[in-house]
Amino acid sequence: MFGRKKGEIMTYDVAIVGAGVVGGLIARELSRFNISVALLEKCNDMAMGTTKANSAIVHGGYDAQPGTLKAKLNVEGTALMPKVCEKLSVPFKNNGSLVVAFSESEMEHVKVLYDRGIKNGVPGLSVIDRDELRRIEPNISESAVGALLCESAGIVCPYELTIAAVENAVVNGVEFIRNCRVQSIEQNGDYTLKTTAGDIKAKFIINAAGNYSDKLASMVGDDSIDLVPRKGEYYLLDKSVGGLAVHTIFQCPNEMGKGILVTPTVDGNLLIGPTAKNIDDKGDTTTTSEGLREIVEKALKSVPTVSPRNAITSFAGVRAHPVCDDFIIGWCEKSEHFLNVAGIESPGLSASPAIALYVREILSEKLNLTEKEHYSDVRKAPVRFRHMNDVERAELIKKNPAYGRIVCRCETVTEGEIIDAIRAPAGARDVDGVKRRTRAGMGRCQGGFCGSKVVEILSRELAVPMNEVTKFGGESKIIYERTK
Amino acid sequence: MEKRELVCVACPLGCGITVTLGDNGEVLDVTGNTCKRGDAYARSECTAPTRSLTTTVRVEGGKDYVVPVKSAAPIPKNAMFDCMKVINETSVKAPVKIGDIIIKDILGTGVDIIATNNAE
Amino acid sequence: MTDFDLAVVGGGPAGMAAALKAHEEGIEKIVILERAETLGGILEQCIHTGFGLHYFGEELSGPEYAGRFIKLLADTDIVVKTDTMVLDIASDNTVTAVNKTDGLLKISAKAVVLAMGCRERPRGALSIAGTRNSGIMTAGTAQKYVNIYGYMPGHEVVILGSGDIGLIMARRMTLEGAKVKMVCELMPYSGGLTRNIVQCLNDFDIPLKLSTTVVATHGKDRLEGVTIAKVDGNLQPIEGTEEYVPCDTLMLSVGLIPENELSKNAGLELDRITNGPKVDEYRETEQKGVFACGNVLQVHDLVDYVTEESQIAGLGAAKFIKGEKISGACVTTSGTNGVRYIVPQRINCETDADVKLYFRVGAVYTNASIVVESNGKIILSKKKKKLCPGEMEYVLLKKDVIAGLPKDSVITVRVEA
Repeated sequence: MFGRKKGEIMTYDVAIVGAGVVGGLIARELSRFNISVALLEKCNDMAMGTTKANSAIVHGGYDAQPGTLKAKLNVEGTALMPKVCEKLSVPFKNNGSLVVAFSESEMEHVKVLYDRGIKNGVPGLSVIDRDELRRIEPNISESAVGALLCESAGIVCPYELTIAAVENAVVNGVEFIRNCRVQSIEQNGDYTLKTTAGDIKAKFIINAAGNYSDKLASMVGDDSIDLVPRKGEYYLLDKSVGGLAVHTIFQCPNEMGKGILVTPTVDGNLLIGPTAKNIDDKGDTTTTSEGLREIVEKALKSVPTVSPRNAITSFAGVRAHPVCDDFIIGWCEKSEHFLNVAGIESPGLSASPAIALYVREILSEKLNLTEKEHYSDVRKAPVRFRHMNDVERAELIKKNPAYGRIVCRCETVTEGEIIDAIRAPAGARDVDGVKRRTRAGMGRCQGGFCGSKVVEILSRELAVPMNEVTKFGGESKIIYERTK
Repeated sequence: MEKRELVCVACPLGCGITVTLGDNGEVLDVTGNTCKRGDAYARSECTAPTRSLTTTVRVEGGKDYVVPVKSAAPIPKNAMFDCMKVINETSVKAPVKIGDIIIKDILGTGVDIIATNNAE
Repeated sequence: MTDFDLAVVGGGPAGMAAALKAHEEGIEKIVILERAETLGGILEQCIHTGFGLHYFGEELSGPEYAGRFIKLLADTDIVVKTDTMVLDIASDNTVTAVNKTDGLLKISAKAVVLAMGCRERPRGALSIAGTRNSGIMTAGTAQKYVNIYGYMPGHEVVILGSGDIGLIMARRMTLEGAKVKMVCELMPYSGGLTRNIVQCLNDFDIPLKLSTTVVATHGKDRLEGVTIAKVDGNLQPIEGTEEYVPCDTLMLSVGLIPENELSKNAGLELDRITNGPKVDEYRETEQKGVFACGNVLQVHDLVDYVTEESQIAGLGAAKFIKGEKISGACVTTSGTNGVRYIVPQRINCETDADVKLYFRVGAVYTNASIVVESNGKIILSKKKKKLCPGEMEYVLLKKDVIAGLPKDSVITVRVEA
């Protein structure tokens, strides 16, 4: 738990390294069984790596080559996603996707994707012409000639999904350990993980360390995982232009990925991006002026009315592109009880519910998994004041006056919701954590008004002075010492 | 003789003023101003420049941590940081009322530091 | 449902002045809804002096200026609800608000005054490259940390934007012991008052770098530095002029945006330049009985002008409630040739008072004329020694001049250099 003492030794049946969407959903899946599970996260919160900054798309599954793990788990994961989101009270929207062709030769490629999708078992696929495209996507560029429509595709908020999954896992007994960076692994029968949060003993290790899964595997002598960090930059635009796209609009893919997309988000904003650039530094989540320019130029090709003037923020994420071009999921050859779940680039988010099941299956080859008597796969829906009607609001405030105080006016977030987010199982510990859980500070003023109030509430709830509250853990302090 | 260039702050025009100073710092000539106020500003700026000082003072035993204060009249410009030192070492017991004198005659300038808001 | 004659949204200088004026005009049931815990709005954290020179004829700090109105309010029966957020204004002028004690409030009002003020433009709108570390904040947020909470928001500071808030914070941080390295300004001129440049920057040898912007931020957790660069005539960074400046804090003072989410949701049309509602000479918006004043209508430089404008709105609301407000054929106003906008956007032809047309220019002019024209005829011409975008200007139109103009005609205001 928070504030683990150094040197304290615990032995878990399973230690999952990495609390991204993959680690989070694996933790949730394993929490069903009579085993002890620890979820180790190097940051101050879950969903801080690739999960935090990606396109937030639930892909149909027509991109990956038939026969690959990517293809299989994408199609299965996308089918599972609506139910998982419902159980975890996470917004999911089945808005469908388009791969738009701008020439006859691109139209040929669209047909290739269609055939591939059919082979992969993707439901809801059709090739549509210019008129139909314009009818269902009114702001699409005049120069678009047709598209692949995938009705089964959708959008989801990846960090909300992860937060909810980890909350659900914690309620079912999983221990979530933050600020726990694995530095080395010793093997003496069981594994001993030397971490920044002390030593942790485990019988099995699941490597869901994202961009760092190659490094983690090498700690047990496995150097087979070959990853290329690939950076993608994005613009998030204001809700006032969220309606510019109905579907998720892709352009024809290239060797670096699926190209620049224009998509609504589940929260009603418009997201454009990503760029795709191979980089050396895995931790490099800087945006660049060239990258931001490229996003706009390419997005304009799909939807000519998008404008960076409506940007409320820009960000970058790094995804782990596996050189073998497929997910790497399976037992490590160098260490018997070490299970790799690596190279989970796109469509990793879409596949994540299926990955969790797949990993459970593999794990059960070596670990006896019996179901718990008391287990719930449902996460209670958090209070969302902004989605309530007047009667519900009045009722809510009567029960708890903290819901009568609006802290973030752009997104209409109440003090009660912020307190809930902090007190939740595996709750928020920093300003960005509050933002991801409640949307406070996510709106057009970007925390200009509510930022200091959120710091005040965190300080009160965590019983630390205001100047110890951070933006996202580590040294990301917001303010320094007293003026007097 | 010394020449000093100033930007007049008496009004938004922001005239560029040149002041000629004698060996003992006395003002010999003011040019570039377009009104009398500019002349006055330039003379005081070169002989005895003053500034209003505004900051906060620590409040003890209340809900508010600090209360805003100001110098009741402008203080010599070169005394600003010394006054800040004195103010930063001062604290006041809650409650504070707007207009309360927090420090009397700060550093012998003859100017009081007064509260500009209430504090509980 | 609670009935009021007048509901005022916002308890800053605009809301307070409008409410007091309406009260003075005999309106009895008035409520002010303020989202903060105290009245006064942004003035509460503006502890520097410079307020009130026009209105009170003396130099006050922000809290003192606000304090005078708070005191006047206390002596009336105007209902003040603080810590109360307005969520919605319906087309029948029903105001929905929430707070901890009343829960969900429904207020039926004959008239509504919008006085929500403005907010600072955040970083996102600027597309500065780099990481999303801590230490990047608006100047107003920093001001709140220093002046209200009593915490240092940084030690080594770069300020982007030379608007008055940025300049004031440069001095404030310096006085509290921080090192302010520079103030960068994208434009070739400062948006702040000369007096602030002299007393907030020059006094402390803080360089003002014109035609310069921040192109990138650096650092892993907390900000460690910024890259600045010169910009060309199109305000684009010039390659090769980049310079790294170590700092732990970047303060943004890059513009204010009227806070009009409520107005937009209420269906009010906004002026594309001011980003505020379109109003008539009494600041009545296009929705009957809904008035707007202060920074929600147009961003002001001086609070004194906010007070003046809000009294006009308060008077207008009172007239409306009493059924005395003229509402008929209008002439519209339009800024051309260097004049960016005009408030009010329309004037009732039969208006009962002289009308000041407020505007801003788009560039710096010296020895220019302000020319007001209607139907090809010059109504008024006024010489100005200096005009700059940072200062709001006005011209006064006599009511009989307005009465003589053809209905539905356009009054244009322009600069002649």
